[in-house]
Amino acid sequence: MTTESDHIVAETAARIFADLADPQTINNAHDSGWKNQLWRALSDAGLTLAWVPENLGGAGASLNDGFAILGAAGRYALPVPLAETLLAGWLLAQAGIEAPAGVMTVAPTRPRDRVTLNADATLSGTARGIPFAKDTEHIAVLASAGNATIIALVKTADCRVNEGRNLSGDSSDTVVFDRTKPVHSTQAPFDGSALMLMGATVRSLQLAGALETILAMSVAYANERVAFERKIGKFQAVQQNLARLAGETAAALAAAGSAADTIAQDTILGGAVFLEAAAAKIRAGEATAEGAAIAHQVFGAIGFTNEHILHRFTLRLLSWRDDFGSESHWASTLGGAVAARGADQFWPMLAAR
Amino acid sequence: MTNQLQFDQIRLPPECQRLREDVRAFIADEVAAGTFVPDRPSHGDTHNRAFSQRVGAKGWIGMTWPKKYGGHERSFLERHVVTEEFRVVNAPVRLHFVADRQSGPILLKYAPEHVKQDILPRICRGELCFVIGMSEPNSGSDLFAAKTKATKVDGGWTINGSKIWTSNAHIADYMLGLFRTSPATKENRRHGLTQFLVDMKTPGITVNPIIQMTGQHDFNEVVFDDAFIPDDHVLGEIDGAWKQATSELAYERSGPERFLETYYVLAELVRALGPDPDLRSAEGLGRLVAQLHTLRRMSVSVAGMLQAGKEPVVESSIVKDLGTIWEQKLPERVRDLSAFLEPDASNRVTLDEQLGFAFKIAPKLTIQGGTTEILRGIIARGLGLR
Repeated sequence: MTTESDHIVAETAARIFADLADPQTINNAHDSGWKNQLWRALSDAGLTLAWVPENLGGAGASLNDGFAILGAAGRYALPVPLAETLLAGWLLAQAGIEAPAGVMTVAPTRPRDRVTLNADATLSGTARGIPFAKDTEHIAVLASAGNATIIALVKTADCRVNEGRNLSGDSSDTVVFDRTKPVHSTQAPFDGSALMLMGATVRSLQLAGALETILAMSVAYANERVAFERKIGKFQAVQQNLARLAGETAAALAAAGSAADTIAQDTILGGAVFLEAAAAKIRAGEATAEGAAIAHQVFGAIGFTNEHILHRFTLRLLSWRDDFGSESHWASTLGGAVAARGADQFWPMLAAR
Repeated sequence: MTNQLQFDQIRLPPECQRLREDVRAFIADEVAAGTFVPDRPSHGDTHNRAFSQRVGAKGWIGMTWPKKYGGHERSFLERHVVTEEFRVVNAPVRLHFVADRQSGPILLKYAPEHVKQDILPRICRGELCFVIGMSEPNSGSDLFAAKTKATKVDGGWTINGSKIWTSNAHIADYMLGLFRTSPATKENRRHGLTQFLVDMKTPGITVNPIIQMTGQHDFNEVVFDDAFIPDDHVLGEIDGAWKQATSELAYERSGPERFLETYYVLAELVRALGPDPDLRSAEGLGRLVAQLHTLRRMSVSVAGMLQAGKEPVVESSIVKDLGTIWEQKLPERVRDLSAFLEPDASNRVTLDEQLGFAFKIAPKLTIQGGTTEILRGIIARGLGLR
């Protein structure tokens, strides 16, 4: 449920984004000066550690507050690790580990990557596609130790980081833990799926937010651009495409919002979370493919240029789909779970909420 | 960066889940008594007067309407629960469903008091079947091209012309019809149509059956030959029906019946795949589950927003656009995913029979109650494009 505080926190975030993360300004920038200024403002406002309780060094905001920040971040296709730092703070807080200041990310973010805790309390494993790893000072890690799950805080400098980039040019690195000694490690209160579920929900919200913006941009452009002596938005073919983009955006918004609300209402271990988070990531990912293609079709050649901001949204949309489980990953997992429960439990599961 | 799309997060309150248990118990009794067979979808397309009256006796028709008209003053969310529970088991709700969904709300808003007191309680008891009299031979999606004429006479109006594709007219008690009372004007081509309540027993009305490609009889042609309608059966403003058309649409567009009409093939697929499907089937199933879950959450959200007094016109049109396309494609997806099942799997016959029915009804799903093209025009208007 939306509360008064959601609005205040989300409005603060939106104001900072509007002032310091304007997509056109960033697109035109020749250096990364904007990045430091933006991060400082977010950090000063307490937004980067929103999900960390006050006694662990954070702002102690609600889950809903954080989800609202991330929806707004999606609307700006924010190219800094705000979502990752929020997730890291959340993960550390689950184990009562104090959050360090500065930029963080989480690992693993790919469902098939594993990090394990060795008998000598060091970590081993490889985590691929870790967003912004090279820009961070710390990584919050979910590792396994036999049947137990461990939450660990690691200094990025203590890992090997092989740099990579996603479609949009943001860092997406391979992090190798080779007998890496964590700063802290504590047993987690949940199993290894928790980070993937939370991450999937977070990315779904960002996807929905970015879709909202490309919808608004596409509608505005169609109402302005003239061809054949009419605004292109007056052509039925264009209207039908934009209606489809609105439909896909609506589906992503509804699915992501529902998953976030479920986690905020229950806990990450709650029975309804798996269906909600999996469905949100699948549906928002599907919306992305269709939505991005329609937006590009509306903008034509100008939207294909580097100087136009459309790619800042569409390429991040396509990249974000791959983090915390692709559509195929979640679909096979969800389909398998539905089949295992059987036909008689199918409708009751859907209608539970 | 404005955003016009809004889906409030709605959690079904405890009374909804208690109601759901009541509905499921009622359904179990009806199935045990042989009223209908849940995995036989063709039954859900049929009417059953005694069943509708038992549903009415439970208080599940006109649920959101005022008690003084026989309603139950319950929430849109509770109505959503009843609708979806009946829909997924193919319950034969056809007789009362149109009256419950759209005719009743229009009467509540526009009918004279004595008409409301006469008719609404009978709808709530499951006694009345309503039909929608909009399409004509030369006026389908283009509603405002309707020509069937209402001419003013002493004490009322006489109707001449015909309506077509009128589902259920052969079993209906009443029609809510749209008739031409004046010519359209140059400035407003929507001007000149008036909404009427028509008693189907009125002399001068003939109902001619039209058999559909499924072999079922649902469509009809309704011919009016000097049929008399009294003045107190005019609904709302004369010549101004176009002003009344839009506000009810959210009720009609976003309900669970707009994406669950072929649900049975998905449930049957789950049964056919068994507990340990291969990767291809699991992934295909998972995507369908995610899509259905999303549609349902959107529909619940619209019901919640209606309950809160909002008018989510664009959102409800989107639910119907996405929902009808999804339910239309669902048999295709299930056909793909069941292609490699063992030929002698125990429910193969049931699944094939269901697919056979679903493929035949699929074309109508994106036509009835507003075509995909019309819906997308409405969405485009909501986006500010026209």
